[in-house]
Amino acid sequence: MSTPLLRLDHIGKEFYGNRVLSDITFDISAGEIIGLVGENGAGKSTLLNILFGMPVISSTGGHEGTIQIDGKTVHFTSPNQALAHGIGMVHQEFSLIPGFTATENILLNREVLNDSSMSYIFSDRVSTLNRTAMNDRARAAINTLGVDISPDMVVSEMPVGYKQFIEIAREIDRKNTRLLFLDEPTAVLTEQEAEILIIALQKLAKKGIAIVFISHRLSEVKQLCSRILVLRDGRLVTDQPATELTTRQIASLMVGRESERREVPPEFPEEPVEVSNATEVLESSPKKKKKKIRPALKVEHLWVDMPGETVRDVSFEVMKGEIFGIGGLAGHGKLGIPNGIMGLYPSGGKVLLKGRKLTLNKPRAALGRKMAFVSEDRRGVGLLLDEPLDWNITFTAMQTQGRFLLGIPYIFQMRNEHAMKKEARKFIDSLGIKCTGPNQLAGELSGGNQQKVCLAKAFVLRPDVLLICEPTRGIDIGAKTLVLDTLKEYNRENGTTIIITSSELEELRSVCNRVAIVDEGRIAGILPASSPAEEFGMLMMGEKPRTGLSATE
Amino acid sequence: MISRFIQNAGWPRIIIALFLLGLFIAAPFVGVRVDTSLSNTLVRFGMNGVMVLAMIPMVQAGCGLNFGLPLGIIAGLLGATLSIEWNTEILAWLSGLGTQYKISWLNEIFVTTWREPLGFASAIIIAIPIAAILGWFYGKLLNRVKGDEMMIATYVGFSSVSFMCIAWLLLPYKHPTMVWGYAGKGLRTTISVEGYWLHVLSDSLALNIQTEDIHLYIPTGMLIFFAVMAILVWIFMRTKTGTAMTAVGSNPEFARASGVNVDRMRTISVMMSTVLGAVGIIVYEQSFGFIQLYMGPFYMALPAVASILLGGASVNKAGILNVIVGTFLFQGILTMTPSVINSYLQTDMSEVIRLIVSNGMILYALTRKVRAGR
Amino acid sequence: MIRKLFDIIANNAVPAVFIIISAFAIPLSGYSASYLIQEMLTRIGRNSFLILSLLIPIMAGMGLNFGMVLGAMAGQIGLLFICDWGIVGIPGMVLACLIGTPIAIVLGIFCGHVLNRAKGREMVTSYILGFFINGVYQMVVLYLMGWIIPITNPALLLSRGYGVRNAVSLLGIRGVLDNLIPTIITGTQGAGQFFNINGGKSFILVQLPFLEGAIRIPLATLIVIGLFCIFIMWFRKTKLGQDMRAIGQSQAVADSAGIPVNRTRIIAIVISTVLACYGQIIYLQNMGTLNTYNSHDQAGMFSIAALLIGGASVSRATIANVFAGVILFHLMFIVAPVAGKNLIGDAQIGEYFRVFVSYGIIAIALVLHAWRRNREREAARRSLRGNKGGE
Repeated sequence: MSTPLLRLDHIGKEFYGNRVLSDITFDISAGEIIGLVGENGAGKSTLLNILFGMPVISSTGGHEGTIQIDGKTVHFTSPNQALAHGIGMVHQEFSLIPGFTATENILLNREVLNDSSMSYIFSDRVSTLNRTAMNDRARAAINTLGVDISPDMVVSEMPVGYKQFIEIAREIDRKNTRLLFLDEPTAVLTEQEAEILIIALQKLAKKGIAIVFISHRLSEVKQLCSRILVLRDGRLVTDQPATELTTRQIASLMVGRESERREVPPEFPEEPVEVSNATEVLESSPKKKKKKIRPALKVEHLWVDMPGETVRDVSFEVMKGEIFGIGGLAGHGKLGIPNGIMGLYPSGGKVLLKGRKLTLNKPRAALGRKMAFVSEDRRGVGLLLDEPLDWNITFTAMQTQGRFLLGIPYIFQMRNEHAMKKEARKFIDSLGIKCTGPNQLAGELSGGNQQKVCLAKAFVLRPDVLLICEPTRGIDIGAKTLVLDTLKEYNRENGTTIIITSSELEELRSVCNRVAIVDEGRIAGILPASSPAEEFGMLMMGEKPRTGLSATE
Repeated sequence: MISRFIQNAGWPRIIIALFLLGLFIAAPFVGVRVDTSLSNTLVRFGMNGVMVLAMIPMVQAGCGLNFGLPLGIIAGLLGATLSIEWNTEILAWLSGLGTQYKISWLNEIFVTTWREPLGFASAIIIAIPIAAILGWFYGKLLNRVKGDEMMIATYVGFSSVSFMCIAWLLLPYKHPTMVWGYAGKGLRTTISVEGYWLHVLSDSLALNIQTEDIHLYIPTGMLIFFAVMAILVWIFMRTKTGTAMTAVGSNPEFARASGVNVDRMRTISVMMSTVLGAVGIIVYEQSFGFIQLYMGPFYMALPAVASILLGGASVNKAGILNVIVGTFLFQGILTMTPSVINSYLQTDMSEVIRLIVSNGMILYALTRKVRAGR
Repeated sequence: MIRKLFDIIANNAVPAVFIIISAFAIPLSGYSASYLIQEMLTRIGRNSFLILSLLIPIMAGMGLNFGMVLGAMAGQIGLLFICDWGIVGIPGMVLACLIGTPIAIVLGIFCGHVLNRAKGREMVTSYILGFFINGVYQMVVLYLMGWIIPITNPALLLSRGYGVRNAVSLLGIRGVLDNLIPTIITGTQGAGQFFNINGGKSFILVQLPFLEGAIRIPLATLIVIGLFCIFIMWFRKTKLGQDMRAIGQSQAVADSAGIPVNRTRIIAIVISTVLACYGQIIYLQNMGTLNTYNSHDQAGMFSIAALLIGGASVSRATIANVFAGVILFHLMFIVAPVAGKNLIGDAQIGEYFRVFVSYGIIAIALVLHAWRRNREREAARRSLRGNKGGE
């Protein structure tokens, strides 16, 4: 057997004692197309970061294992070195200059230059560009892809699909590109465009370029790739030819952990219940419910215009006292749902809170109806990093409920520092926030403690409905359990309805009563948390489950 | 301990404070009296304090440094000139009130004893609504150009000053002390407030000791006025609205998610800044003795901006202490450099030092990494 | 469609307004056509080089380079030295440029570093930087010159023995470039009487039958400016120019493509500063006197206002904007006071009016730019959302 183009040998990585990758070993030969699949947080991006020598890896202590190219061990310390070795990458976010033409973007910083005597005196940068030669090269690269895009077209005027092709053309134009990583390249494409792309990639592979195709669209992965690698929890769980796997098997490999059965959350509702829409789901639970409970929150045909997390048409109901989970892959709109309900992004549709219509697009209205929100963007939206903890914890309650104030409402009210500090201290103790006191600035705390501050901020509001996004993102394992336990406890003690949005399916299944899976801006299905993991996996991959359980839509 | 102090105070402040201290120490050796210098510094402190105070609301609300202060100053100038133009009418109206309600002693107070303070108060009362209206439009404008506030504020200030240059010529002022004598119209470049409200604040309760050994003058009234304004701002920043404003400056997204109307808070902060600027210039004029029109207010924002930065404020955080420390240091330097350095070098370097210190300070603040951890 | 129309109007609103103002003011002022043409030509020669120096930082996305006054100061220092050494004529100008260049480069590098630390607020920073360097300049010129820096010519120095006078006569180089190739355009009748104008020396004479009076053309200056325009057009086509355009549109993308962003930005500022230095020298050779402590201040403000009046914006400026701007701005500059006097009987009003217009136009341009940018940012965000929500 000839030496593989790229070989990864026992690659592993820890971030501050948090293991994200372990023992990844595989190799890629020239002309091969490999599908790399995995849930969010399975370690795909860390693997890419290691391969491309991103500074984030070396600045956190490097990685384990070795990378070989053509049998020679390499060690990249910057993405440019990876490029020099012929590894190209097409990112999920476009890295194009909007005002430039296709040609200018494809040849960005690799322009064809005219010879000029000036360049001997100064540097190449004073040579003029050879537009004709540049256009020829760009056209050649575009033609390889089998699409018809004019090299003179300005990127900002292109449809989204074209931009993706331009990105790929840019990598192809690099003469030495031998290995191409594509991160969710079809996510923004129409079906037709995706077809064209798949054919183009097959053509490239025939020319000897190896391709790693990262996608959640399993049917495309199966159609295109010869081999499929599945990552789960930082481990390579499968490395098999595509023909040996069904999409269903892949899905269950991605999410399944049937071997390590976790503790099943208490069935909900514990009292008998009979409800209009949720019956379908609840009937499957062992006890038959009779007593009627009204839904705490009813969402009908909600759409939310949140960048990168568009929600198209979502309807669901959440019972009073329930912990409801919303899962799904990143970018499919699960985060848009709570953000839209809380009025942070333009939205439409109908949301009923305890039977009464909720005014959308107005954070104040949602807060006024005793809803509280913990944002997924802790540092950007969730906290006042430059202000002390007592401000962070009590500010929302002060502004929306008029608490922690002294004086006459609407005329003259000053903040009651004493009450603020007292309240802050209460939560510092009860949630175990590690800090020097209520006067410490929120920006100085660790991620886990910041998350607790965000929870405290929501708890202070004494909400009837609590919406939480990514409660455990970016915090260590110990803090994770603590945060989740706190939520469960709060739900149990106060009967608060909680809606958790998270990328980590296991987390949702361990805390929630029911979990809705969002796919491409719509709800693919709502399942009781006790359903087998592969059912969830199928929903996430956009494949309809075979069982009778379907979406409430 | 010392390094902690240095970190808290910041190098530029310490260097400038040491420089100022050095000037005070050197003063007696070059024949400059320390007590006179101190008196002058205090007078200038009182004159400029309120205008520096005007920086706080906008900085706290995240609108940046108010380079558009001249807009507030224009409102103040309108108030000041109108108070003189209508001085007789205002006093007549007030004493008319006295007659109407048959309170004879009121007449006396209005017409004689309180003539000047009433003139001063009328200037402020006229200026405030003008400033509030201008500030409202200015705030609306700044809400549309988030991210570029400072540059636009600068040019809003400049263009309003040059617009008012035309207005000063054309507005139908009639009062003989204010208009050009030969033309009978168009306001003069500088108008004396003597006989109206010269030193009404400065001289009230002033401590004035002029003996052989001591030349000390403390404008107590003006300092008290500044203190009152500072306390009012301090209280405001602790109200519900003030708290919301600070949160808007600290993280607008957080504030919005907490149900605060971000644009409204910003507009209020700009209005406050403009009103304080208007009051500030009137305080300045009563001490200075003259109303400076036309290009007078042109560069007035820069010293105020430099002062608050010198006091330790950043582009998005400022407090009362920053105002007090900054104004004292800045005005101290301005008072001491001409007298001490000039006596030593026999030349006037104060202008150059002012340029370098004030703009250096602003540059330092602009190039500083604003938000740690973000 | 309507939006496109709106954009066209919005993009050209400023020059259009100025054309309208001028159309009303010119007849009111009562100036003759040949006088105005003469003035315009003089002012194109005097100012356009300075304004052209603003183009490159705009291309690199750094906005209006208020820091061009740094270059102007460097040029003035060069001029002070040649005055002191008594070097006149073209050699004097060249020498002034040679002295000014290294100073401008150093100042430009400094300015570039400062601006790299203040990304996102380059304009206000470069503006304050201008003031700051002005302080340093005053210190050098007012205290160090004649004391540490050898300046001996008593005509230059203040009576106290050091420090430069407020007004310095540049008689030695006055008009040397403008009159290097003397050219006069005249109507047919009056041709003869202008032969004496150039002291009997020969000059190029162009006759245009419809013209009354005579117009002198600063031909050499215009040629220099023309060459400079060619330089800018060439520069836009180079790799460096392309990199600057890329950085101007997206620093992040340019950086990930391996373009050295910070270095390129510094180069842009250095080029601009050096060109502003030459621009100021050309400007002052036309004026003939140097206001040691004021000339540079005005250079920045007037250049920027003129460029904006020519229809440029903070992010887009062309050579055509420069010339349109010089003509419109200075046309107003000349006619406004007279028109004001004839209209209201007060020249002062016209004077203030043009100051107001200069500042107002910069304010409006900045507001429009920020407003449009925020709108575009919103539109860009929307485009990321994929298909519109809802059904």
